[in-house]
Formats: sequence, C-alpha cells, structure tokens
Amino acid sequence: MTLDRRSHLHQLESESILVMREVTAQFERPVLLFSGGKDSILLVHLARKAFWPGRIPFPLVHIDTGHNFPETLEFRDRLVERLGLDLHVGSVQASIESGRVDEEPGPNPSRNRLQTVTLLDTLAELRADAALGGGRRDEEKARAKERFFSHRDRFGQWDPKNQRPELWHLFNGRKNPGEHFRVFPLANWTEGDVWQYIAAEEIEMPSLYFSHKREVVEREGLLLARSPWNHLLDGERWEERVVRFRTIGDATCTGATTSRASTPEEITVEVLSSRVTERGSRHDDRHSEAAMEDRKKQGYF
Amino acid sequence: MDLLRLSTAGSVDDGKSTLIGRLLYDTRSILDDQLEAVEDASRRRGEGYVNLALLTDGLRAEREQNITIDVAYRYFATPRRKFIIADTPGHIQYTRNMVTGASTAELAIVLVDARKGVLTQSKRHGFISSLLGIPHMLVAVNKMDLVDWSEDVYESIVDAFGSFAQRLGIDALTFIPISALHGDNVVTKSANMSWYAGSTLLHHLEHVNLGADRNLVDFRFPVQHVIRPDQDYRGYAGRIASGTIRPGEEVLVLPSGHTTHVRSVDTFDGPLTEGFAGDSVVLTTEDELDISRGDMIVRPLNLPTVGQELDATICWTSTEPMKPGTQYWLRHTTREVQAFISRVVYRIDVDTLHREPSSGFELNDIGRVHLTTSFPVFFDQYQLNRETGGFVLVDPHSNNTVAAGMIRGLVPQRERLTAGRREEMRRASPNVVWEGWNISLQEREVRNRHQAAVLWFTGLPGSGKTTIARATERRLFAEPCQTMLLDGDQVRHGLNGDLGFTAEDRAENIRRVGEMAALFFRQGCITLCTFVSPFRVDRDRARALIPEGRFIEVFVDTPLEECQRRDPKGLYARAKRGEISHMTGISSPYEAPESPELRVDTVGRDVDTIVEEIVRGLRARGIVPGAG
Ligand SMILES: Nc1nc2c(ncn2[C@@H]2O[C@H](COP(=O)(O)OP(=O)(O)O)[C@@H](O)[C@H]2O)c(=O)[nH]1
Repeated sequence: MTLDRRSHLHQLESESILVMREVTAQFERPVLLFSGGKDSILLVHLARKAFWPGRIPFPLVHIDTGHNFPETLEFRDRLVERLGLDLHVGSVQASIESGRVDEEPGPNPSRNRLQTVTLLDTLAELRADAALGGGRRDEEKARAKERFFSHRDRFGQWDPKNQRPELWHLFNGRKNPGEHFRVFPLANWTEGDVWQYIAAEEIEMPSLYFSHKREVVEREGLLLARSPWNHLLDGERWEERVVRFRTIGDATCTGATTSRASTPEEITVEVLSSRVTERGSRHDDRHSEAAMEDRKKQGYF
Repeated sequence: MDLLRLSTAGSVDDGKSTLIGRLLYDTRSILDDQLEAVEDASRRRGEGYVNLALLTDGLRAEREQNITIDVAYRYFATPRRKFIIADTPGHIQYTRNMVTGASTAELAIVLVDARKGVLTQSKRHGFISSLLGIPHMLVAVNKMDLVDWSEDVYESIVDAFGSFAQRLGIDALTFIPISALHGDNVVTKSANMSWYAGSTLLHHLEHVNLGADRNLVDFRFPVQHVIRPDQDYRGYAGRIASGTIRPGEEVLVLPSGHTTHVRSVDTFDGPLTEGFAGDSVVLTTEDELDISRGDMIVRPLNLPTVGQELDATICWTSTEPMKPGTQYWLRHTTREVQAFISRVVYRIDVDTLHREPSSGFELNDIGRVHLTTSFPVFFDQYQLNRETGGFVLVDPHSNNTVAAGMIRGLVPQRERLTAGRREEMRRASPNVVWEGWNISLQEREVRNRHQAAVLWFTGLPGSGKTTIARATERRLFAEPCQTMLLDGDQVRHGLNGDLGFTAEDRAENIRRVGEMAALFFRQGCITLCTFVSPFRVDRDRARALIPEGRFIEVFVDTPLEECQRRDPKGLYARAKRGEISHMTGISSPYEAPESPELRVDTVGRDVDTIVEEIVRGLRARGIVPGAG
C-alpha cells in the first residue's frame, strides 16, 4: 500500500530504505540478523522494498539459542521459503557442545549472554563485514546515542568513546580488514511506529504477538511461559492467562503481558497507551541499569 | 501524523533536560518503569521532587558515569506529529555534537535562562543552527518563575536575541516564555503569564510549517545503487535529494552529460506519477545509458554546479588536527572523491563571530577553507540545498569522519591555485583533465562565419563608451554577426544586485562581468562590454579569461574636461557638490590602458566615423571577415 507522503511512516520507510541501499553499496558481504521478532521481520519487509524488483542481496543470519518458541522457528522457515531467502543458523547449543561457551549454572539458565560468542563466530565464518539489525534508539537509554552505521572493532566490540559523527544522511562505512559494522535501519522508529506500520502495510507477524491463552508462571513481576526450559521454583505453579508477547526472544527470559489485543490495530492502541516499556518485559535488562550498555560493548546486538 | 526533527542545545543548568523530560512526561511518552527508575534516582539523590531531568540522562549524569558526551536521540509523539529530538550539550567543547544534531533538524530550540539573559552559549547555538541551515528557531526563555514571571525581563531577552539573530539573517524566529520545572507554557498555557498571548511550546512544535528546508525546485537524484534483476530491467535506486520528477521528463546524467527521458518512477508499491524530494525510488530511463553509483540525474535546464575547487565552511570533528595539503576522502551525496585542503581562509570564533587567521583547525573549530578534489563534484550551495551542499571528510588512515562541510560555491577564480601550484599539491591524487565544452568554439565560429571576441570599452564616465559600443553592436549585428552587449546598468540590477560600491565590490563587479563575457565568448559572440573599469588589474583579469588576440581593449580616450562638459548623467555635477564619493576621475583614480588594442578619439568626431574605425580594426584582426 502507498503511504501518505507527508506521514511519519513514509519518511521512516524512505530513510530505512536509504540506509539499506547504502549498506549494499559500501560493504561486500552484508548479512541481516534475523531474531524472529517483529523488528527483524520488518527489516525483511523493508529490504524487499529497497531492492525490488531485484532480490534481497544478503542472507539472513539467525542465532538460535535452542530456547526458541516453536512458533518463532515455524514463522522463520515459512518466511524464508516464501521469499526465497538464504538463511544461516548459528547454534548456541553447538557452541556449548564444542566448548566455546559454558551454560549458566542454576535451574533456569538463560542463553542470552552466550549468544554473543555464537554470533561473532557465525559472522566470522560468513566473513560478514556488515550486519543489519533491528535495534531502535527508543528501546533503551544506552541505545539513544547509537548510530545508523555503528563501527565494531576486530573483537566485535563497540567503543562508545570512538563513534563517528553521523551528519545528514552521509554514512561512513570505511574500516580496516577484520572490522565490521552493525547497521540499524530502524534507528528512528519507535515501538508505536512499528505497529502502526505493520497495521498499515498488513505485514504478517507470528501469532505470539497477539492475544492468546497460555500457561505462565509469575516470577519477579514477569510472566514466563511454560516451556521445556523453564522449571518451577519452590511454591510456584503454572496458571493459564490471556497474554501476548511484546518482544520475542529467548523463552527463558522473555515475559508475556496480559493483553486482549489481537490485531495490529489493537496492539497499536495498546502500545500507545502502555505504561511500561517493552524492554521492561525482559529479564535480562532488569539485572542492572547499565546492563544493555555492558552487553553492547561486548558485541551483543 | 507527520514528522518534525528538532535539535536542542543548552549549557548545564539552563533546564534543557528538565524541558525535554517535561515534554516527554506531559505527552505521556514516559512509561511507568522509566518513571519509577527516575523516582528512585531522585530519592537516592535526596531530591524532594521527581527530577524529570534524570529521564534523559542529562549531561551531569553522563559526566558522573564517565560516558562519552554525545548526541542522544529522543522520541515522542502527539496525535498530530511524531518528534525526533537530537539532544546535545551546549558547551564549546561539544560544538561537533551540536553540528551533528543540527544537520538533520528542521527546528532548533535554543534555551535561555531568564535570570542570566542571552549568554554566549545561546548565541553559539543560534550561530550553529543558522550555519547548518535549520529553517526555524525557537527561543525558550526558561525559569520565568525565578524572575517573577516578568514581562520586562522576557522582552529584554527578546530584544537582545532578536538583534543578534538579525545579524545572522535568521528570520523564522519565535520566542516563548516558559517554566520547564513547573510546566508553564510547555504543554499547557501558563496562568502566571497572562501578558503572553502566543502559543505554548508544544503547540508551536505541533503547528510549525514543515518542509521549509526541502528544495522542491531543483531536481537532484544521486544514484545510490543499480538494480538489475534480469536483462529486461535496469533501474537506478536512490532517494530524491530535492525537486520532483515525472515519467516522460527529459533528464541529464552527470558526469557524462548524456540526456534521456525518464520511463518510470518505480517503487515496490507500484509506479508513481510523480516522485518527490525525500522519496526512495527506482528510476528507469528510455535509453540504455551507462549510469552507476555516484552519478547524478538532473534536468538539462537546471544543473548543479560542477567543479573541483570548493569554497566551504567546515567544522572539524576529530581530535586529530587538520593536516592541510594531505589527502582525505570527501563524501558528498553518493559520491566519494579524494580531496585536500588547499587553503585555510579563516577560523571563526564561534563566540564573537570574529574571523581570525588560522593555519589549520582542531576539534570543534569552525571556519572557511578551500578544497581541491580529484574528480568534479556536483553540488548546490548548502544554503539552497542541504542534501547536495553538505559533505564530510574521512581520514584515510583512521577511517574517522574528521570534518563536516557546507559548500558555499566554487573558489573565486582570482583565488584559484595557479596550475603549477595545483599540480604540485595534487601529486598524491590522480590527475584530472577538465572536460572541454560540449560544442567547441571552432564549430560555433564555422557556423557563425566570424570569430568570437570580447570588445572591452574603457574610459572615463561620460567619455562616450556606451554610445559608441551601442552603435558598434548595431553595425556588427547587421553584418550579420552574433553579438551581445553588457553594460553596467543591466548587471547592477540582476547578477550583481548584491554588490555595493566599495572598492572590493567594484572589483567583484568587474570580475563577474569578465566571467560572463567569457561565457558569451564561448558561445561565439562578439561581446561588447562597457564599464568604466578604472583599474588595470581588473581589466587584466578579464583579459586573462580570453584567448590571446581575442580580447580587444577599446580605450575611449576623451579628456576629463570634455567629459565634465558633456556630463550626460549629471554625475560630475553631483560629485562636485559632494554627493558622490569615489567618483572616477574626480575623487578616485582612472588608470588609462598602456597599450590598448584600439584607441579612439571622440572630440569633434561623429559616432559613425568612430564605429567604422573600430570595425576596420576588427577586420584587420580577422575577427570579422572582409578586407581590413
Ligand atoms: N525554578 C526553575 N528551575 C528550573 C527550571 N527549569 C529547570 N530548572 C532547574 O534548573 C536545574 C538545571 O536543570 P536541567 O534540566 O538539569 O538543566 P540542563 O543542564 O540544561 O539539562 C535543575 O535544578 C532544574 O530543576 C524552571 O523553569 N524553573
């Protein structure tokens, strides 16, 4: 569908397309990091627009923690098949088995921290020099200063002291061999923009985002879904609630929210009147205020 | 819902963070978990109220945590508009950040603390905003609660900032008295300032006219990427930098100069009947041309400037100081060329706006330089077109973005490097030969059956230059020759309307006329110029643009007494009464040509005789055919 030219969605779309085209022009082996969440599905949608009538000129990379919701994987495979895309899966399970990383101790280990190693290994294997991600500046304070083109050193690390100024829409992707870039075409989108756009463009999304019944356990204020990797602690029990997910990540740390919103329009309304940030529903971000900044420095996406 | 990008800058304690926090809070863009964190932090700091400033992680907090001070982007929306705030600190050591934040902004909020009045900081922000071409400026006079909501205090700040802004040529300027802490006039109207009749800050942000920085006239399409899915489709992907384009329109491709027509303006959602500035589209053309990334598609009758010697204002953004004469990459639209800084013209003290000599810039310095590029770039003046007038410099060793630049134009001819010096400096970069004119002068002259020339008539005011030149042109036109006559009065109104009568402006006047005459010359005309042009250097500069033998200086040698007696415009009389200063021949010197190609006497002779004498001179030189 064609958006009104003056609308913020049209301008955001046009800017994201500009950034993606710039990536193919400035890098030799870019990849698109596909998490299975709405932002990366949106990235794929925008990439189709950017290169149409040509094909999307880069492969998708999915870092599979082994703790994914089955709906995420099904959706991923269908999308890849429907659009004839190239998909590379980096497996955290394989990294554990090969001794690259160790599983966290405790009854409910999260693999969120481990996936950084798998990610960097996979990028190295593909000799990727740029990785497009769905990160947005509104997600978290530490992201507010993120660039569209974010330079990473040889170790995949982000140096907040050494970020290049980004003026107008002139992007500087120059780098030394071995270094790479993370690129964030959605930098200027907010969660509200994303859902408004999904509604306007009628983009298909995984069922997890829409209201459904599910068995959950309430822990530290989060509703964690029943899965083979979440074990009850003393005194806890599973109960059925009407919920949806605002972000989709590792099932061990992504909380559901109580919601009756079952269409993109209803979600837009819910998001715009929401009183909690989407990352508030992620366990990993609540560990410390500076959690995100720390993980980013180490190469997390 | 549309979109407004704005920038804010303020020094510590002006209340910038409080204001942004207030906007986010009152538009319900702050969520409970964020608010909770702020409440916690306020309590920990022993503050008796919820410090909204903490929401945006203000400068102090960043200092405490030792995080790099940088541009932070914030988002909020009302039902009318989405807002993107580029939030930057206002200290001099963060000029680079202010410039970055300003580069995409359509509106700048300048904060002024009502108790302190207009400080250097606010002026600096005003200057940077105008330099970066932000079309709207909003001055928020904050902390009105601390000056008893005084209208007088507010008015004196309006006066002070207003006169400063006038000097910078900022005209879309709005003032609003607010209290960020208490919320007065931020989102809701203040009951404490009934004397203020204007709108609230948010209302202004919601209603300010958008797109004022969009150039819809000059179509510029920098090619980003070629899309070629199969043999039958070849499209040029990019974002329309300015102007509009429709299928069927004729376009010209730079640098090749080839022309073709637009077949379609494609998007994933279907072809457009018209593409607008800001649209990311794919253009296809009727003819298969060799077009690639870095080329620019434009209209044949509306071309950007093409050149390799740029006159620009730059801001140095790197901790590594500038190294004049060494190689940088210059990124401009979708093009990247090598460049070096050939001259540092001056540095601007951003606090006093004084120009000062400089041999090179360091971090946060702003000033004017000349750059020489390895290949031509296609640009417009930054003030007319931000998309095609802005560039960055990248250091080839560190890969860092070391400068942001705004093009003012080509380096004035008289200041260009001599060929030898340029060669010397360009050793490190590929040598480039200027492309010649599309149709050569020789071809034009063959068709015209005469040669091109410039006849430069010089002489005292009232000497008879204009009368003689006009009659000569008539005579040549009847020959028939292609002719053109340029005189002072025509160019003073249009082309040189911006020039006055200072010595510098007079010189510039003659320089431009010389350039214009050179263009008519290239077009094959016998170009007659009548200008007092009292100084030899100015005439010689015009001569230098024209090949040997084709610049004919015609000295209309009428004695001063005779000119004064004739005085056709009454100028001498007025000069005598002291009404005209710098009157050539009276209070300003006239340097007669030492060896003009032609010298004519006018005393006691009629115009036709003089004209025939000139035409004979042209025949003798082979410019006009026929026996001399
Ligand atoms: N009385 C009063 N105090 C204000 C106002 N705006 C900000 N402040 C106070 O001024 C101090 C500095 O404000 P802050 O927003 O942190 O300034 P910043 O450094 O420009 O971000 C804080 O103590 C604020 O509470 C105002 O409108 N009135």
